[in-house]
Amino acid sequence: MGAYLIRRAGQAIAVVVGVTVLTFVMIHMEPGSVARSILGIRATSDRIAIFNATYGLNQPLYKQFFAYVSQVLHGNLGTSYYLSQPVSTLFAQRLPRDLFLLGSSTVIALAISLPMGMYQAVRRGGIMDNLLSAVSFTLYCMPAFFFAVLLVAVFAVQTHIFLPEAPSGTSIGSMLTQPRALVLPIATLTLIQVAGFSRYMRSSVIDTLAQDYLRVARAKGLPERLVLLRHVLRNSLLPVVTIVGLSLPGLVTGAIVVEDVFNYQGMGLLFFDAATHHDFPILLGSTLIVGVATVLGNLAADIAYGILDPRVRYVRG
Amino acid sequence: MSAADLDRAAELTAPAPAERGSGRLILAAFARNWQARAGIGIVVALVLFCFAGPLIYRTNQVTVNLNLKDVPPGAGHPLGADDAGYDVLGRLMVAGQSSLELGFAVAIATTLLGTIYGAIAGIAGGIIDGVMMRIVDTLLAIPWLVLLLIMVNIFPPSLWTIIALLTLLSWLGVARLVRGEVISLRTRDFVLAAKTMGSTTNRIMFRHMVPNAIGVIIVNATFSIADAILALSTLSFLGLGLPPPHADWGTMLSNGLNDLFNGYWWLVYPPAIVLIITIVAFSLIGDAVRDSLDVRLQRR
Repeated sequence: MGAYLIRRAGQAIAVVVGVTVLTFVMIHMEPGSVARSILGIRATSDRIAIFNATYGLNQPLYKQFFAYVSQVLHGNLGTSYYLSQPVSTLFAQRLPRDLFLLGSSTVIALAISLPMGMYQAVRRGGIMDNLLSAVSFTLYCMPAFFFAVLLVAVFAVQTHIFLPEAPSGTSIGSMLTQPRALVLPIATLTLIQVAGFSRYMRSSVIDTLAQDYLRVARAKGLPERLVLLRHVLRNSLLPVVTIVGLSLPGLVTGAIVVEDVFNYQGMGLLFFDAATHHDFPILLGSTLIVGVATVLGNLAADIAYGILDPRVRYVRG
Repeated sequence: MSAADLDRAAELTAPAPAERGSGRLILAAFARNWQARAGIGIVVALVLFCFAGPLIYRTNQVTVNLNLKDVPPGAGHPLGADDAGYDVLGRLMVAGQSSLELGFAVAIATTLLGTIYGAIAGIAGGIIDGVMMRIVDTLLAIPWLVLLLIMVNIFPPSLWTIIALLTLLSWLGVARLVRGEVISLRTRDFVLAAKTMGSTTNRIMFRHMVPNAIGVIIVNATFSIADAILALSTLSFLGLGLPPPHADWGTMLSNGLNDLFNGYWWLVYPPAIVLIITIVAFSLIGDAVRDSLDVRLQRR
């Protein structure tokens, strides 16, 4: 297990370095002058020169890269060109909102889809199974933005049950005081995830149900409830753990759409605006954070997998 | 005929009937599957609708006609007209051409690129495999929309650049799958047997490994058609889709959503329904292929 962990951690570091290099190079390939897009088209050449010198944009690319890396290693993500605020301050405002949005929707989605997938697998072929499969299948095939706008149309415009726009407060505490505004953004992300997770859970349980150890468990007289809880559930969770770990980048994509529809002031909108303004520090910082989070998520999933299933350790380690 | 020739002939003929047999079994299972029949039926209907439809139902999709702005469905315009006066039914056909072309093009390019890359990594092993897979991990660690938002700024959007960008982002999954298959197949007895008989690496690759991995590859290709069409619609919604002379279902849908609350439902639901049906159809086919390849599932 030790050697396996060290090797996995080494791979994780390589990936983080790769993400940094890749985004840095790609962002600097964007056409058009940053200085012009920030200072406006009438900026004098002197002002542009000063801007470029201030942010080191007149240096060769590799020097800019190493300057950026050393800055990041010192805990400084730079200053936004467009918003003139430290990137870390902006992230400190936005990141908790996203953690809240993504975290709560993932937890709710798991709480719904695990029992749902299990129920469908045990009663597979029944009316409820087919009905639930059809629903999750349709959700899975629907563009997230269309689904979000439909929810707004039905629950905010037609019936006024919930609000069409996310809460405006900056802290989580103030957001929680407006629960009616929180429901739709969280519900959108939750249902998108339920569609994926429940399908995985269903097929995972179906696979487990065909295993011989279940016959043994039943043969020794274990009640069906315990068979399902002890043997089926625990073994079926394994592949789902990996999927949850892998789903983070997809979730971020969903979050960008949800933030755009509900005007939820999170990292997604910040990134989207930064992309249109050539705001390099924000673009670099947010890809770095998502990349690190994904790598950590996968690492955590792998470790959890190793703990849950001892066989994996011996095979890979 | 020498003994070596006999051996060679035996090697050539022996696996062939078995393979044809299993292929026929898979095809039979596929044909029995209602999902497969439904999916393929829908896809054929859609292709006819988009490519043969405009030949029968001729509409003006080139010049703006403000007299017809937002005309509700009625005589002459079964699904009404949009805010530029384009007939919605005719536009669905034309837009479908871009959407389907994009889906198929991305799926083919993705499959080729991913299969070759994955197979090379899997066969090479060692450091080459490690480096190649870390490159894949790196690209997978960045959300595709984030990468696209950056890349759309570098390359001005057109049908071809979007096909290229989506391909660049979606071959990763195939590469991983194929590499995994190749690694697990490499140690199987039949590969060892082929090696003992003196088969070359190429022969083992194309005669033994590719046929065994083809199922995974086809399943993935089917899903990547659906994913590409969905991805294009998300890009359109964010205003980064195909530029105006082109039309695609995603752009129609996201434009229509602006008018949803004005009651112009015919600008929203037709593209939404066609888009969802298309994605459902390809997903059904993908599921069906997977099921008919899974022997264990058939026995149950």
